[in-house]
Amino acid sequence: MAALRLLSVWTLLLTVTVCDGWLFDGFAARRHSESDEVALWPLPQKFQTSVDAFRLSSASFQIVHAKESTAGPSCSLLQNAFRRYYSYIFGNGRKHGKNLENVFDADLAELQVQITSADPECDGYPSLKSDESYQLEVNQPTAVLKAASVWGALRGLETFSQLVYEDDYGGTSISDFPRFAHRGILLDSSRHYLPLKVILANLEAMAMNKFNVFHWHIVDDQSFPFQSRTFPDLSHKGAYHPYTHVYTPADVKMVIEFARMRGIRVLAEFDSPGHTFSWGKGQTGLLTPCFSGSSPSGTFGPVNPILNSTYDFMTRFFKEVSTVFPDAYIHLGGDEVDFSCWKSNPDIQKFMDQQGFVVCLQLKGDTVVEVWMNNNVDKELQNVTGSGFTAILSAPWYLDYISYGQDWKKYYTVEPLNFEGWCKKLVIGGEACLWGEYVDATNLTPRLWPRASAVGERLWSDENVKDVGSAYDRLVKHRCRMVRRGIPAEPLYIGFCPHEYSGN
Amino acid sequence: VFPSSAFSFFCQTLLLRVFHEVEQAYAVWPMPQQMSQSTDRYPINPQLLAFSYARDSAAQSGCSVLDAAFERYFNLIFPDFVGLSNIWSEPKPFTVSVKVKNGECDGFPDEGSNESYNLSVSAGQAVLKAESVWGALRGLESFSQLVYQDDYNLYFVNKTEIEDFPRFQFRGLLLDTSRHYLPMPAILKTLDAMAYSKFNVFHWHIVDDPSFPYQSRNYPDLSSKGAFHPMTHIYTQSDVKRVIYHARLRGIRVVPEFDSPGHTQSWGKGQPDLLTSCYKGKVPSGTFGPVNPTLSSTYQFLNGLFKEVTSVFPDSYLHLGGDEVDFTCWRSNPNVQAFMAKMGFGSDYTKLESYYMENIVNITAALNKTSIVWQDVFDYRERHRAHYVVEVWKGGCYLCEMRRMTKAGLKVILAAPFYLDLPGPTHNWARYYNVRPLAFKGTEQQKKLVIGGEVCMWGEYVDATNLTPRLWPRASAAAERLWSDEEKTSSVDKAFPRLEDFRCTLIRRGIQAEPLFVGHCKHEYSGL
Repeated sequence: MAALRLLSVWTLLLTVTVCDGWLFDGFAARRHSESDEVALWPLPQKFQTSVDAFRLSSASFQIVHAKESTAGPSCSLLQNAFRRYYSYIFGNGRKHGKNLENVFDADLAELQVQITSADPECDGYPSLKSDESYQLEVNQPTAVLKAASVWGALRGLETFSQLVYEDDYGGTSISDFPRFAHRGILLDSSRHYLPLKVILANLEAMAMNKFNVFHWHIVDDQSFPFQSRTFPDLSHKGAYHPYTHVYTPADVKMVIEFARMRGIRVLAEFDSPGHTFSWGKGQTGLLTPCFSGSSPSGTFGPVNPILNSTYDFMTRFFKEVSTVFPDAYIHLGGDEVDFSCWKSNPDIQKFMDQQGFVVCLQLKGDTVVEVWMNNNVDKELQNVTGSGFTAILSAPWYLDYISYGQDWKKYYTVEPLNFEGWCKKLVIGGEACLWGEYVDATNLTPRLWPRASAVGERLWSDENVKDVGSAYDRLVKHRCRMVRRGIPAEPLYIGFCPHEYSGN
Repeated sequence: VFPSSAFSFFCQTLLLRVFHEVEQAYAVWPMPQQMSQSTDRYPINPQLLAFSYARDSAAQSGCSVLDAAFERYFNLIFPDFVGLSNIWSEPKPFTVSVKVKNGECDGFPDEGSNESYNLSVSAGQAVLKAESVWGALRGLESFSQLVYQDDYNLYFVNKTEIEDFPRFQFRGLLLDTSRHYLPMPAILKTLDAMAYSKFNVFHWHIVDDPSFPYQSRNYPDLSSKGAFHPMTHIYTQSDVKRVIYHARLRGIRVVPEFDSPGHTQSWGKGQPDLLTSCYKGKVPSGTFGPVNPTLSSTYQFLNGLFKEVTSVFPDSYLHLGGDEVDFTCWRSNPNVQAFMAKMGFGSDYTKLESYYMENIVNITAALNKTSIVWQDVFDYRERHRAHYVVEVWKGGCYLCEMRRMTKAGLKVILAAPFYLDLPGPTHNWARYYNVRPLAFKGTEQQKKLVIGGEVCMWGEYVDATNLTPRLWPRASAAAERLWSDEEKTSSVDKAFPRLEDFRCTLIRRGIQAEPLFVGHCKHEYSGL
């Protein structure tokens, strides 16, 4: 009887939304309704819906390329996505009750996916400039998803899969696009090594939440799991274990391709000059020897910035990195450099004297600055954008800090553009960061989801979508949807999912 | 990008690691009362390891508890054993011989169970002696932790002497299956992990306000109307049996809690007239409060329910709850007011709760069971007439509370400092490790009344998706506090590397125990 209940819910929605179609009005009204309705997350920018309810049959329903589409069966990215979303929608081996007495308006036979621009970008990589917008029209007997490129089509497929509730859904018209172009998740594979399986599962979850950047904090002080072709000693000596705790070039390729298939960029971070303790093990002479008085203390500090050999190494290393990671951006870190070792080193002191340094930060014009320090974020954003740099906000979204209760609300209510200044356009997005001091494969996924989903909606949906109460109702269902899809997303509060995670 | 203090902690950790690798890592968690080890080591070839019953053992082949344990521990000791012999391992047999004084093979562990054991490991053999099979289980767990693999994956055990017994007889772990339903695999897996840390009581907070998943034989409506879902979110009789069976084989008692008179919203759905009808002015408001303590039908129902429950759960303890009763609904109801007047309670509703609790403690006593209640029941009526075990859960000066309770001659279980559902930003396991359960002023007699402690995992924010990493290894920190000698385990720094190793052991056994801090395990958890 799910379909009938659905029908009444849509009727309720209709009365509020049909004239105008801005969704947040509609959802305020929906809070009073019964619970079995669809819950879109993140909420699309605009949508309209009608009272029609359609039935989907797992035996006959298809996702196909529209005739007019510039992409066809040779577009393996879409072919894979069709199969993925078909199984999300119908489940694996799920049984379908045949309620023959229920007469529906019509059956929905297929979803046609139409790519409109001359180059569908099937074999390309997503970038900051990728167009992720799409239009979705659901009418019998076919539904049509239109997008300029495959990236928008992927977002639309996700939305379509969320619309289907127990095989049935209403006629719908959606026009959707992201508010911010950079919507990232940072995972830290240095403090704890993350097996590939965990990274891939979280890329899946990112796609469910329309995230489009995987910021891979791949190395740090504690370990260097990235296996370099040019400098194999880096991981051989710097990883926790040279064989079991490394990412081989094939692993990295797999992550990048898996992400590409889901419209996700892989942004690698090779943090220096600080946070490089593990680099020193496989690359002698790279780190600054610290001094205790006039003799070396045997310990090492940040990368030694005064040696030519340092820059020779970096040039060759980053040349490799930039061929391995296709993304236009590389994260260079540059945070938390402890100057005491540099200060202790006589060669550096001499170098400083010779140069007569007034340290002045010169960044190239297209550099992006990530704001992470959590005191006075607004001021910092103002400074960064005021200087003409584009900015990514992550400070309010350090998800490795946990507290008792529903901290997702805190992440949800952040407004990224809530700072003074005239160049708000320079804020290109945000990132949820899950640093790895206390996180590994055992607890990463439930700690990240659905708390990161709150960030996902903040970065995708209209800024007026901010009612925590209605977000709660949708997010509860969205987390159950993730659980159903095999992601162990933790509960928001007391309650249950129709299909619980039974795990392991 | 993290605070520099954390980095200096990391450096300390490195130092600790170096130190402890010299010292030998094959410690046992929780730490045995007496243990001596030498560097003499003996190879163990998986194909030539045999468990056997000593000739003069009261338990012999066919003893269900130990037969099952032998099989289990073989697999735990050799996690990657596939039946092929390692050509490098020496073809020497190794025998683990077990001698038990009293059988108890078909019984259930209870409050009087003797869990002490002696273990002596020498060339080619380990001799394990215990009073009961329950002690033998603890000894097998210790033995399994002594065996290690070298870099060539060969198995060894060092020459070791252990004399061990628990400090407290009651070492519990509470799971809450009402706020979120926990599927059976999650419960069974928790029981497995409990045995690894030598916990011996599973406190099953099976029902509460949000849902009633226990499927009753006599009152089926309780779960068909009170569970989140009447078919998928319930524990059938056979589920419950399976939990009890699984626990028994691991020497774990199952103590169910049917919390009342508060925390009973879900009961009311399947049992009309059980809950107090709240009033708004002179008319019922349509909402319900705690169990109605004024009706004889209430006690008839509870007598019937408890009769069933005590026949289903074999343990001699039954937890009756009694915490956090909100009196506003009772106050609003004219019938309750009239009853108060009749009984001469004035307007002191704590007296009404005491009256109710005394009645149900008596019902339980008539069924030959011992009641456990939360501390509220004691607080309302320090000069008790009923006899019960009291569990301390409130923060603040829990030691003061324990002093008062033991002074009144009551047995006490300490839970207050072991609330593991509060994660806190620092994830600090040391918080549980540093608890000193007997650090109150009192006589020797009083301290003996502290029968143990319990870690609580309340379910507001916890279900099967995050239960295991939130429990382990933090619960293991509490487990050592409850099992081991306090003097020998007073240093957090010394415990840290041992607990790190133990968490890797847990992971090797398939328990997704979260990390204590930066670092790695030889075999990482590869699930989700």
